[in-house]
Amino acid sequence: MFESKSGVLVIAGLAFFIFAFIVMGALPWTIYKDQPELTALELADRGLTHEFVGLAEQFPERFAEYFGDVTPGAFAEALTLGRDVYVAEACWHCHSQFVRPVAREDIRWGPVAHAREYSNELQRPVLFGTRRVGPDLSREAGRRSNDWHIAHFYDPTSVVPLSVMPRYTWFFDENRVPNKKGMAVISFVQWLGCWVDEYPYYEEGLYSNPAPMPSAGADDELAKHGDAVDEKA
Amino acid sequence: MTTIAAGPPRVAGLDRAESLPLVNERVVLCYFVASFTFFIIALLAGLAYSLTFLQSYPFAGIEWLSPGRVRMLHTNGLAYGFIANAFLGGLHWAVPRLTLRSVLSDKLSWLIFVVWQLIVLSTAVGLLAGEAQAVEWGETPVWIDPVAVLGLLLVGANMLTPVIRFKGPMYVSLWYFIAALVWTALTYTMGNFFPQYWIGGTASGAIIGLFIHDLVGLFVTPIGWGLMYYFVPIILKKPIWSHGLSLVGFWGLAFFYPLNGIHHFLYTPIPMFLQHGAILATIAVELVVTTVIVNFFATLRGSGDALRTNLPIRWFYVGMVFYFTTCLQCAFQVTLTFQRIIHFSDWVVGHAHLVMFGVFGFWILGMMTYLFPRLVGASGWYSAKLNSWHFWLSAIGMLVMVLDLTMAGLVQGFAWDALMIWEETLRASTPFWLVRTYAGGAMILAQFLFLYNMVKTASMGRNGAAVSGGIVSGGKIDV
Ligand code: HEC
Repeated sequence: MFESKSGVLVIAGLAFFIFAFIVMGALPWTIYKDQPELTALELADRGLTHEFVGLAEQFPERFAEYFGDVTPGAFAEALTLGRDVYVAEACWHCHSQFVRPVAREDIRWGPVAHAREYSNELQRPVLFGTRRVGPDLSREAGRRSNDWHIAHFYDPTSVVPLSVMPRYTWFFDENRVPNKKGMAVISFVQWLGCWVDEYPYYEEGLYSNPAPMPSAGADDELAKHGDAVDEKA
Repeated sequence: MTTIAAGPPRVAGLDRAESLPLVNERVVLCYFVASFTFFIIALLAGLAYSLTFLQSYPFAGIEWLSPGRVRMLHTNGLAYGFIANAFLGGLHWAVPRLTLRSVLSDKLSWLIFVVWQLIVLSTAVGLLAGEAQAVEWGETPVWIDPVAVLGLLLVGANMLTPVIRFKGPMYVSLWYFIAALVWTALTYTMGNFFPQYWIGGTASGAIIGLFIHDLVGLFVTPIGWGLMYYFVPIILKKPIWSHGLSLVGFWGLAFFYPLNGIHHFLYTPIPMFLQHGAILATIAVELVVTTVIVNFFATLRGSGDALRTNLPIRWFYVGMVFYFTTCLQCAFQVTLTFQRIIHFSDWVVGHAHLVMFGVFGFWILGMMTYLFPRLVGASGWYSAKLNSWHFWLSAIGMLVMVLDLTMAGLVQGFAWDALMIWEETLRASTPFWLVRTYAGGAMILAQFLFLYNMVKTASMGRNGAAVSGGIVSGGKIDV
């Protein structure tokens, strides 16, 4: 059996593979089967993000040309296109979309990822990612302003001098106004995590309020912060 | 010049296999040429992409050469252009020799060859045009996937026919080939269709994990080992040390490897008990791999000098050392303790390069070193020296790259864990990224030397000129 053609073909080739597929592939699927997979429109129906509306207000004519009125339908279209761009440009090879319960990631980005967050059309195939050249993006919504993203996508080093993120000049028209792709991708990253009540602005805080020179009181504060960090880890 | 140290005994009596119209050597040659062409393209894509990390990407602002797309060209070009083509060439060489039957049809072989090149080319164009699919290592645009599956089924029919027609005990290589042909078609279908059309969300992550891993474990690994089991005994002119260990290696791989996939997504919302299962299965694979390595090194015992005198053997065995290293590394890095720090970092990138270039790339280059002169009708290599440079530049470049990226991964992982500001982690990574680019440059330079040597050797073959290569050049072509 172990050296026969049928043994190798049927047991090793088919049976073991199918066994592994059932255990490791089909089983998680049955576990999450009951969570309905929302369509982009159902997601959009839960409410437009401030940032999406903000784009419409900032660039009314362009926005109307690309997406029409500010409706859930338009939002769904923008999210879907934004996701397609995110896949096409391999953003997911430099950015993850899940916060792990270790390595103090909840302090940097916020609540740990939950399976429910991925039960929607935009996560098919799921965009977990396996590499972080840039930070995780699953808690990106509202972390930065639209203007920040516009400057950043056009030339990341203009806002983050050491950034190695590519320039995406083709997200913009000749006036450096985001084109349809640009608005879509901004809507998409500004949507990621908008369903979470709140999350920390870890780096933002460190950038905008550089820690004062340590005085006696500040030392205590820092020590407390350190404890909290250690407990969470 | 009689054959053959390995394989079922019935082969031994036969005269030189190629006196029968058993193997279509032109097909093998064409696969090697295609393979090497895509190799060079994919390596250059990788080099260009690495410059992104030094803020000096040469094609910044050109949509079709967006770094993310070029990265996918790099990985897919290597998997489907370089490795798959070279393996198809290797199978066309080895399977008929192991079964004493030719493949199903010569016409079919050519058809598959043409179709496969079209698949790789359209994948490349599709990726650059921005039509990637969000499946790592399977970014092939969705409209190509059905054609690719069809191609794999045709390969199966073409290659399995001689195996089925052949009666008698099968040599180890054939077990690997049979299983790999079945697994590859299944894996490709699973990874490219299920998460796209039928299973979404977290569960699709589990499937993608299986796909990433099975592509390496159930397509590349078994064909690679099958070819090693074929070429090593032939070149060393002695049988594999232990048949029993070969059995353990094959069946262990067949059982444990397919269970590993979820280890690519540890600490995701995928149920924890499955993550633990994947971790255990991965550690089991490491034990299995050890038996295979022991078997091969025991085979080498007494012929150790071949490492010095015979270049293909050197490629093969250094590849095996790298293989053992990656697997050992894997047994540790898969644990949750390591994952906490090294996941998402360049450690994993180093690991991937060690597997793809250091192991399978080395085996393929060894195979090409061994076969190329006779495929072009030359009696040896144009230059032994260039071949030697090819080896050492590749090996040293590889070593530097993997050590460098491993350290980079540790630095990044601990910097993130220490809540360092992201931009500062980039600053900390830059020196490592610089070294990585240079190491990659050395590896690429090596391939250009090889290319030059191949061109010269081929023209020697056409002119029927004499050899200058000698044994060290890998000129031992007396199979
Ligand atoms: C080569 C890797 C790479 C690619 C590809 C890449 N990024 Fe980035 N990204 C980075 C790095 C590094 C940073 C951190 C530095 C910075 O903010 O620019 C970053 C930062 C970001 C940020 C800011 C996060 C924050 O709040 O600090 C966003 C948003 C972002 N990227 C989105 C994208 C999108 C969308 C794409 C695809 C169109 C993309 N990135 C492609 C590397 C990459």
